[in-house]
Amino acid sequence: MEKSKTYMNSYLAGILIGVFMIGAYYFSGEGLGASGALKAVVVATVDGVNHDYAKDAHFFSARVQNEEQSPAKSWLVFEVLGVIAGAILSAALAGRLKMEIIKGPNITNNKRLIFALIGGLLFGIGSQLGRGCTSGMVMSGMGVLSLSGFIGLIAIFGGGYIIAYFFRKLWI
Amino acid sequence: MGPLFPLGLIGDELNMLIGFIIGIGFGFLLEAAGFTNTRKLAGVFYGYDFVVLKVFFSAAITAAIGLFLMNHYGLIDIKATFYPKTFWIPTLVGGFIMAFGFIIGGFCPGTSICAAVTGKIDAMVFVLGAIIGIFGYAFTYESIWEDLRNSGAMGRVNIAEWIGVSDGTFILLLTIVAAIAFFAVSVIQKKVTEKNDYQL
Repeated sequence: MEKSKTYMNSYLAGILIGVFMIGAYYFSGEGLGASGALKAVVVATVDGVNHDYAKDAHFFSARVQNEEQSPAKSWLVFEVLGVIAGAILSAALAGRLKMEIIKGPNITNNKRLIFALIGGLLFGIGSQLGRGCTSGMVMSGMGVLSLSGFIGLIAIFGGGYIIAYFFRKLWI
Repeated sequence: MGPLFPLGLIGDELNMLIGFIIGIGFGFLLEAAGFTNTRKLAGVFYGYDFVVLKVFFSAAITAAIGLFLMNHYGLIDIKATFYPKTFWIPTLVGGFIMAFGFIIGGFCPGTSICAAVTGKIDAMVFVLGAIIGIFGYAFTYESIWEDLRNSGAMGRVNIAEWIGVSDGTFILLLTIVAAIAFFAVSVIQKKVTEKNDYQL
């Protein structure tokens, strides 16, 4: 039981993620993203169902012009497939692969799942509007000193601290 | 001289294989650091667990220092990467929407994917929500979001240049701020967890 709770040192994990980020920029010129892969799933689905619609709708059009290659075949999709494999590997080695719901002590499972759905929905919208999420836009943006990364940092974490009080019952 | 793919030094297929391998490292480390546990993530906002802040800042600073040195010694041309363009208005508004998503849902997209595939049911629901959110955004893009998303365009902006200091100076300041933050959160976390056992 105790063994499965042992996590890697936070600073070591952070430094190693930084090294992988350097690799991503050096080899591919890309940061470490996540939400872009979810977008690729959405684009590929809509394109598969109705290519004529996708060709004309502004959100999809730029991403489905290449008739030869599926929009799901992108660097980010392969990166996130790697993320999935890596997470499963780490969890398996640490004995943490099990079905469960993790939540604050004072809410029910159903409430946790409803709020997870709402939170995901908001993050999906926010990441599209904000041009990336916590990893691709903020962390990777900070790595190359992009102004957008720092604006995102202030908005997501600053915003989080402003509103945290009102949602404390979910977590503590 | 990097970045290799944008400069045409490696092909498309190899580039995607490298993406997959780098992804494995990223996912492994996110899981190993505890990022699949939603309560550890939310802890950063309530003072009982600062793993998010520690990992996040040490990763960003490591990359910033490494890339700065590599750029300096001509190993990489940062300007040739897919450097993010700054659109300050949608990033601020979208970031604030993501803040609500984070506090309410307890994940961000990367952590939710790791948690969902390692069995966390709440994370599976979060990923489903995120995909529904992107569908909703996509189908209302022209009517609601397009103008906002393209507003506040500033091009590729380096924050150090924007403030008017050198990259090295900015990274040094960022590192000092992070060091102070690392010390401060360790004190805060100790005080908060002394009063209450959060049983993570």
